[in-house]
Amino acid sequence: MIEGPAFYPALSGMENLKVLAKIGGIPFSRCQELLDLVGLGDRGKDKYKNYSLGMKQRLGIAAALLPNPKLLILDEPTNGLDPAGIQEVRDLLEQLAAQGVTVFVSSHLLSELEMISKYLVMLRKGSVIFAGRIEELLHRNKPTIVAKPSSINALSFLAELINKTGHKAIVEADHVRVDADESFAIQLNKLAFESGIVLAQLTPVRPSLEETFFELTEGEA
Amino acid sequence: MRIFLAEWRKLKRPTFFLGTMGSVIFVTGLVTSLLFLLIDAKTGNADRGNRITREMLQLSDGFTIGFNSSNGLLGLVALSVFAAQTAQEYTYGTLRNLLVRQPRRIRLLLGKYFSMLMFALISVVVSAATAIGLAVALSGRAKVNTDNWFTDAGYSAFGHSFVNVFISTIGYGTIGMLLGLIFRSPISSISIGTAYLLVVESIISIAWKPASNWMPGNLLSVVATGGSPIGVNDAPTYSQALLRIGLYLLAASVITATLFKRRDVAN
Repeated sequence: MIEGPAFYPALSGMENLKVLAKIGGIPFSRCQELLDLVGLGDRGKDKYKNYSLGMKQRLGIAAALLPNPKLLILDEPTNGLDPAGIQEVRDLLEQLAAQGVTVFVSSHLLSELEMISKYLVMLRKGSVIFAGRIEELLHRNKPTIVAKPSSINALSFLAELINKTGHKAIVEADHVRVDADESFAIQLNKLAFESGIVLAQLTPVRPSLEETFFELTEGEA
Repeated sequence: MRIFLAEWRKLKRPTFFLGTMGSVIFVTGLVTSLLFLLIDAKTGNADRGNRITREMLQLSDGFTIGFNSSNGLLGLVALSVFAAQTAQEYTYGTLRNLLVRQPRRIRLLLGKYFSMLMFALISVVVSAATAIGLAVALSGRAKVNTDNWFTDAGYSAFGHSFVNVFISTIGYGTIGMLLGLIFRSPISSISIGTAYLLVVESIISIAWKPASNWMPGNLLSVVATGGSPIGVNDAPTYSQALLRIGLYLLAASVITATLFKRRDVAN
């Protein structure tokens, strides 16, 4: 299925599926099954022109599923959708994956891919710069911890204390960013407490897919 | 057959089907009613101010005159339907969906064409039924004797009329399909087709009379009426018109098939 779904506005969702099912020699019973699957079971008789963008996108996915494919390739399936529509499509793709369909999503929305994908193929200027499990990619980036003291005056002192433990700490605005995984958070909390610093925030931060992408492509024009 | 039935699903949707048949009934009804109701009017009761007399209506083919006279407007309905159904696949972007399920383009085109021919056939049947029904209903009021109508000669005349009007409707429809493919927009293809048939052909015919014998619209009128339309004296014969229109439709079909087969779906 490519970017925007294309159907006959004057026909209902069900009739649109039936047109395609008839050409493909697919039994009509499959149409209702698919409408139920994509959450349009009770809206099948409504005209396509009255569907929301999210519903149109889900009908597009239903049409792509007509021949019961093992592999579903979707290009920008959440393009132009509102948050509710994005959630609908995301849930549907997870449901399909759980049923054994391999879903290949092409998208520029890295945050979206991070939420729905298990495997990732990352391209840059036509070359593959990463292919594998998404966790594998994210673990390539150094994890960090954000520590925010209750008093801004304690920022430099806190950074100095952390540096002494062998972890690199940088002062950023109203907090200190530490290059360490989340297991260091307990030690950091204890260290701050013993030094008379009250922490208002202590958050392990996993690098996002977007940050990882920029790190991988750093220096490239 | 699968493509024929899939296309039929689009054509049979109630608003479209009933709307089109409603316009066919209206057009045929208007032409036939005027024929009988204005039978004694000095301004004429037929196309271009011509008069169809009581004597003409009482002939064995009298009850088909209304049906025959509606052919031009019936043709425009067919042109619009064929053009819109073809062009909308491009405007809505649905052609790619169809080609995913049926990659053989010519097969897809033929399935669509035959489905639209079925639609055209139904519209001709509806038009014939309307014209004959009204002719019978209005004959008493117009004092037209119907003794010759329901005879063997009358049935034969009706059979010929039906075939001729259907051939003419197919001609208009095929032109519509070609326009739909060329312009890929229902509005453009219908407006250009209608403007050509109603305006451009008339202007050319007035400017250079012999050209009218080669104009598709004029030739389709000759075929529909089974010879020279009423009030036209120097039209080509029926067989000449049939041959010329056959050649035009062959050319239109080849161009349509070539365009559909070769042109990129995205364009």
